[in-house]
Amino acid sequence: MRSLRRKLSLLAALGAAGVLLGGCSTASAVRVHPWERAALADAAMNPDRDPEGTAMTEHVYFSREAASGGRGVGGSGCGCN
Amino acid sequence: MAIAAAAAVAALSTGMPAQVAPGKAFPSLGEAGLVGGPLPGTAGKVVLVDFWASWCAPCKASFPAYSRLQSAYADRGLVVVAVSVDDDASAFAAFVARLKPSFATVHDPGHKLVGVVRVPTMPTSYLVDRSGKVRFMHPGFHGEQTERELRSEIESLLDEKSAAP
Repeated sequence: MRSLRRKLSLLAALGAAGVLLGGCSTASAVRVHPWERAALADAAMNPDRDPEGTAMTEHVYFSREAASGGRGVGGSGCGCN
Repeated sequence: MAIAAAAAVAALSTGMPAQVAPGKAFPSLGEAGLVGGPLPGTAGKVVLVDFWASWCAPCKASFPAYSRLQSAYADRGLVVVAVSVDDDASAFAAFVARLKPSFATVHDPGHKLVGVVRVPTMPTSYLVDRSGKVRFMHPGFHGEQTERELRSEIESLLDEKSAAP
């Protein structure tokens, strides 16, 4: 009887762990499928759709901060680029 | 065991069918509720099914290649069907009117077909043999490379004997 109770409690614990892990998995998260990306593909979603404007803004920003290369340059953000 | 249980729960929670891949039967085009144009007969034919959208730049680049394939192999039994996944039917119609493709173009309203096929990227094309089974799959369109691969695969499928008596 005691053994049966232990087995049932183990089974319940495994089931609960399964539900919890299933909730954490990416499969249950909301995903935008490849065929649903019309809005994301819109030109308005491109932050660099005005390259000249971006270059001018960056020039002013990096001159003011005296730290060029803070955007769009490879590196790990450690300041050693 | 807990991980296996979690995977099972996750699979049940998504409720999505498996992705169509080489070796599997392609869903029936005739029963997919496609609109926007006549659907050509595909029984006993080699079918190139392409999923595209008006907002997808590589899709636009792929259309001239599919036109070339259609004109080169239609006599031997190739049918090209391009399925639009546009949300907006007018975007589909405008794209087709602008490019005037020589192959069949249809619209998948409500993403009924693409939701079953579950393409991994846009565009994706499937080469279906004469028996209705997917034999080759091309995620994305990579210009001449994709066209060259498609030509070789289409020729091999056209050379196969028909499964029909």
